[in-house]
Amino acid sequence: MPLPAPLIEMRGITKSFGAVKANEAVDVSVAPGEILGLLGENGAGKTTLMNVLFGAYAPDAGEILIQGQKVRISSSADALAAGIGMVHQHFHLAPRLTVLENLLIGIPGKAGRIDRAGGLARLAEIGRQHGLTLEPDLPVSALSVGEQQRLEIVKALFRGARLLILDEPTAVLAPSEVDGLFSALRSMAAQGLGIIFISHKLNEVRALTHRCTVLRHGRVAGRVDDPANTTSAAMAQLMCGHEIVPPARGPSTPGADVLTLNGISTSRHSGTALRDVSLAVRAGEILGIAGVSGNGQRALAEVISGTRVPDVGQMTIAGKKVTRFSPPEVQALGLGRIPEDRMTTGLVTNLPLADSMVLPRIGTAAFSSRGLLKPDAIRAFAEAQIKAYDIRCPGPMTRAGALSGGNLQKALLARELAFDPKVLIVSQPTRGLDIGAARFIHEKFLDMRAKGCGIVVIGEDLEELLVLCDRIAVMYEGRIVGTLDSADATIARLGLMMTGAEGHS
Amino acid sequence: MFRLEVRTSTPAWFNLALPLLAIGATLVLCSGLIALAGAGVIEAYGVMFTASLGDSYAITETMVRAAPMIFTGLAVAVAFRAKFWNIGAEGQLLAGAVASCFVGAIPMPGPLAMVLMAVAGAAAGAAVALVPATLRVKFKVDDVVSSLLLNSVIYYALMALIEGPWKDSFSGYPISPPIEDSANFPVLLEGTRLHLGVVVALIAAPLIWFLIVRTTLGFRIRVTGENPEAARYGGIHVERVLISTALLSGALAGLAGVGEVGGVHFQVMSDISPGYGYSGIVVAMLARLNPLGVVPAAIFLAAVMTGAEAMSRATGVPAFLSDVIQGTALLAMLVALLFTAYRIRRVGAAR
Repeated sequence: MPLPAPLIEMRGITKSFGAVKANEAVDVSVAPGEILGLLGENGAGKTTLMNVLFGAYAPDAGEILIQGQKVRISSSADALAAGIGMVHQHFHLAPRLTVLENLLIGIPGKAGRIDRAGGLARLAEIGRQHGLTLEPDLPVSALSVGEQQRLEIVKALFRGARLLILDEPTAVLAPSEVDGLFSALRSMAAQGLGIIFISHKLNEVRALTHRCTVLRHGRVAGRVDDPANTTSAAMAQLMCGHEIVPPARGPSTPGADVLTLNGISTSRHSGTALRDVSLAVRAGEILGIAGVSGNGQRALAEVISGTRVPDVGQMTIAGKKVTRFSPPEVQALGLGRIPEDRMTTGLVTNLPLADSMVLPRIGTAAFSSRGLLKPDAIRAFAEAQIKAYDIRCPGPMTRAGALSGGNLQKALLARELAFDPKVLIVSQPTRGLDIGAARFIHEKFLDMRAKGCGIVVIGEDLEELLVLCDRIAVMYEGRIVGTLDSADATIARLGLMMTGAEGHS
Repeated sequence: MFRLEVRTSTPAWFNLALPLLAIGATLVLCSGLIALAGAGVIEAYGVMFTASLGDSYAITETMVRAAPMIFTGLAVAVAFRAKFWNIGAEGQLLAGAVASCFVGAIPMPGPLAMVLMAVAGAAAGAAVALVPATLRVKFKVDDVVSSLLLNSVIYYALMALIEGPWKDSFSGYPISPPIEDSANFPVLLEGTRLHLGVVVALIAAPLIWFLIVRTTLGFRIRVTGENPEAARYGGIHVERVLISTALLSGALAGLAGVGEVGGVHFQVMSDISPGYGYSGIVVAMLARLNPLGVVPAAIFLAAVMTGAEAMSRATGVPAFLSDVIQGTALLAMLVALLFTAYRIRRVGAAR
């Protein structure tokens, strides 16, 4: 069967940043009606390639063809005119404007007036065709993350996109929302659109895409013609260049309780409040906290991390009662903390990496005395951790924001583990990380567990929790509805508990 | 066609080159105005240079003018590091001047008077800065607006004072009584106005640099300014840092007023500051918020102010050019700062 002529073709794309070749002679093509998976570890060059296609970077060499015609794309306006739409990981929406107003931004109306009726009709039509319904007069700030993403997709279609690029679209979605997104994408492909789907999650890539191109170190490492019948392991090997073995969790020998919460409740200050939460983590065990996002996980992490004071209830760390619930206090008692959001809560992107690495303990004798910093100690600490954790960066004075997500997560891990915590609290430890980096993080957790550290992992990825944890507690509306030994836990059972059904334990 | 592209790294020499580039662009842009006023550009700038930096007396005059702007520049730099948008250095300077004048008029031994004037002036400036900081921390009031508007409140309070209780009953001029002669800051070079306060300003800059770069308070100020959420997660009491920053910033601006009273005017009048508080913003931006950079930046602006008057006398170009240069320098610096984050790339004509 002859393949249809490619909708878009990128030939020999090369783009360097200084000495680094982010893309080297990359060929990619998408046919009408095709969903192409674009795979690669962080830093493999996926984002650069898509930025070239979307006109944000000018390639050093190579050409772009649309339906066989050579085109030059030097701005996002050119890309839109050429029928290329992109849904970024971070949305580009005006939060105070309504859905319809966001759609009409930049679209010339008749005689200087906004064509509201025409916009409504198009919105309804797109909604009908692909199941992408949206309330036109709702302000964007009132939409859920999934709905905002839907709006970004509709926006691209609204502007007549024939090729849609989605950069890790499922990272922000709940499992049920992923199904909705996939059926919409399949419906668009069935109508002849081309789609480029960028993801780390190989099971999703296998379920959705027709063909995959795998990048490694800026070059095409291989192509997969039949993703559905290719194993995840084989694809992972293409991405990493070597085999990936999932970490093996040996039997645990839990010791005494290192973290206990007893009847903790918080006021409904922001987000879901905690209601009478009690739990205990023993030395040498990993406790998972599962739940649909927004059921009190954030408040739980904040209370344990010492950034929120509960209204009632007690907490102990390593047998000692927590009285002030401040970060210095919980750290002094032996708690290590890794926040959910690396960029906004964990690090200071505009300052040197070393500053972020000592931030939580800047007031301790390790890094300062009598109000004066110890610059040599700070630098030596950062250098030692960069070496020990193989954090890829030019040095401790590099701006933290210049590091990739995996390296940032390693840095956050290093700044806590260097102090041999008795308990570790982490939220979404591998969100947005590629397989290699996630694997590294998991291994470190298992090392700490073997050394007798008690670990609390708050996560939404049930597969990850099942691999990593000894026990899994499920949160629903601010309560813990049940705790399962992971030997007894299945995704189905956890999923049921996540909807509020009582667990049996 | 040109376009901006995000930089992945900023070369180190940029930090030094940018302010120089901005100043160069400013002088080029303003030369148009000089030509428009009918004077020779080279000649006018020549007079400006000679009058401000051409001989040792001119240099001392420029330094006397630079001193208050070093203090207000430091005040703004410290505040902006924490993203406490203190536009109120002018009001804090005036409050410092009033307080130090009040103390300086009390008879007491000279050295004691000078120390107490500095303490009172710094405390008054800090108290004024505390208002917008508290409003922001407690009620989320925008600190740009509150600190800016407070300048007018302080200015008119000062006017009420010198038109009312402080008014010279003898001459009827709206000026405060002079401070005690013994409280006048010693002059360091016979025959000039180079007073002790100038030296204090020059010492203050490295001290503030040390505070920002080498102390835990400085670390907390930097982190709070760059990412308050990460600061809070890291155990930094963000509100407390903002209040401390405001107190420090206000105290520095207050010291600018102390120097003017103790070293230059020996009393308070309505035009004691020709906008030194606002110039502090330009100084801090030119210095890229680096306390050490504040010194050359303040000297540059002082030279422009001193030189503009002489240029006006010699060439007939209005002395207001000095204000135009200041404003243009701020805009040029803001544009120059863009190039730390972006670079210009030449791209072929689109399609």
